[in-house]
Amino acid sequence: QEPQASGLPEYIKIVEVGPRDGLQNEKVIVPTDIKIELINQLSKTGLPAIEVTSFVSSKWVPQMADHKEVMRGIERHPGVQYPVLTPNLQGFQSAIAAGATEVSVFGAASESFSKMNINCSIEESIERFEEVTKSARNMNIPVRGYVSCALGCPYEGNVVPDKVAEVSKRLYSMGCYEISLGDTIGVGTPGSMKKMLEAVMKEIPLSALAVHCHDTYGQALANILTAIQMGVAVVDSSVAGLGGCPYAKGATGNVATEDVIYMLNGLGINTGVNLCAVMEAGNFICTALNKKTNSKVAQASFSTGTIN
Amino acid sequence: NIVPTPVKINLINMLSETGLQVIEATSFVSPKWVPQMADHTEVMQGIKKFPGISYPVLTPNLKGFQAAVAAGAKEVSIFGAASELFTQKNINCSIEESLQRFDEVMRAAREANVPVRGYVSCVLGCPYEGKISAAKVAEVSKRMYSMGCYEISLGDTIGVGTPGSMKEMLAAVVREVPVGALAVHCHDTYGQALANIVVDASVAGLGGCPYDRGASGNVATEDLVYMLNGLGIHTGVDLQKLMDTGTFICNALNRKTNSKVSQASCRL
Repeated sequence: QEPQASGLPEYIKIVEVGPRDGLQNEKVIVPTDIKIELINQLSKTGLPAIEVTSFVSSKWVPQMADHKEVMRGIERHPGVQYPVLTPNLQGFQSAIAAGATEVSVFGAASESFSKMNINCSIEESIERFEEVTKSARNMNIPVRGYVSCALGCPYEGNVVPDKVAEVSKRLYSMGCYEISLGDTIGVGTPGSMKKMLEAVMKEIPLSALAVHCHDTYGQALANILTAIQMGVAVVDSSVAGLGGCPYAKGATGNVATEDVIYMLNGLGINTGVNLCAVMEAGNFICTALNKKTNSKVAQASFSTGTIN
Repeated sequence: NIVPTPVKINLINMLSETGLQVIEATSFVSPKWVPQMADHTEVMQGIKKFPGISYPVLTPNLKGFQAAVAAGAKEVSIFGAASELFTQKNINCSIEESLQRFDEVMRAAREANVPVRGYVSCVLGCPYEGKISAAKVAEVSKRMYSMGCYEISLGDTIGVGTPGSMKEMLAAVVREVPVGALAVHCHDTYGQALANIVVDASVAGLGGCPYDRGASGNVATEDLVYMLNGLGIHTGVDLQKLMDTGTFICNALNRKTNSKVSQASCRL
């Protein structure tokens, strides 16, 4: 396969969100040592970035209450980034104190979602993030920006691409080095992904864009393919497809890292990630959670005993 | 688990009300080989045949064809493969021998004015041979099309294909078979099906895609229709009715759906 000939990126950076986005949205609260072991296993797979935890009040997100212990407990492999979520200045300071060297802030393209999720308007949330990015800049800490509801909102329904572009631009201008566009409820399809990216690409350089596709309606890989065909070279995913959807009972959430890598491998795109090692980490966490993997590749491989 | 005949008939009747235009009803193969399809005659005779809907059936050879037509079938399908080993293991003969058997079916079908659909299995990989050359897929497709099949359905039988290999295979096949006569049959064993299908959407005019209830590797019709609806591509299918049908058969089979759209909509 010649990726350049087909207009696809030669290399795609995979940002592994399983330990945070994944575990946060699992019903079972995972013990600290299991979280640490999962992250340590993922560190050995070649993944360049692993989202470790969230420095948010344990009142709101009990699953991430052990953020300090996890941050301090993990092995830090050279060449691997370990970003953490920091919703505000307080969380940022706490994260730095615990040893974080990269942080993320979460905006949204929907006012209703912003109010329901973090109890403030988009504008107010931007102000909070500006405090974070200012401190981060002083300390030379890179900040990644997320835009939720990029392809649809559980409350508002349709989300206008220009709104996504506007929020992305605000986050980028305040100093976020990368903007991850999240299809939070997985309702996007290739056409809506294309339209949204076209709007955002008018404001943000391609090299600063990532996609974070949920697989709630089975559309994630098709949407990711569309994004990478347009030149996006950073993709978020979750080992074993960890993390359900808090807005659709019984539904799945994150796309499985294994399935993304399988597709990218098939396309001849380099990720630097060892698929077998990721499957082993997936197997570990699923056993610990006593649940079946959401990765089709893992299901197929464990049943046949081989990887095609 | 072998599904009872009335459940099969009900499933097909429900699917007939969703807007789907083609529903593969059964297979006229010996029950010794495929016990789940032993009731082929009863199913064929039992279903409601809606005007405007085709109910093709599989016919591996002349005997099966004759039984199918006697039971009321108006369209049949034949299954070839792009892999010698797969053909040997699956139907106990070489590709060439299988094509000769199909020729008999084609001749009888032509006389009886029965359209024939051709399937080519293993187009993106074979469980025995591994890699399959795009040229081989094109060759087998061409033979079946020349024999008189009105449509060729290219099957990623073990779901190992990815968008690049799909594109490469299609590029080879469209040199031999008009794109209007092509269909894709993608299995979702490695989660690649929708990505493989969407990469084809840019190849204009791809024809009918057969998908079933999301069981055993096939991509779920609900998830496919969801994607096509989002792309503004017309299918004529009512997604809600489709989901209701899925709920029915999953209840009957006592299993969870493989459709993510159904799962997200709080169905079983």
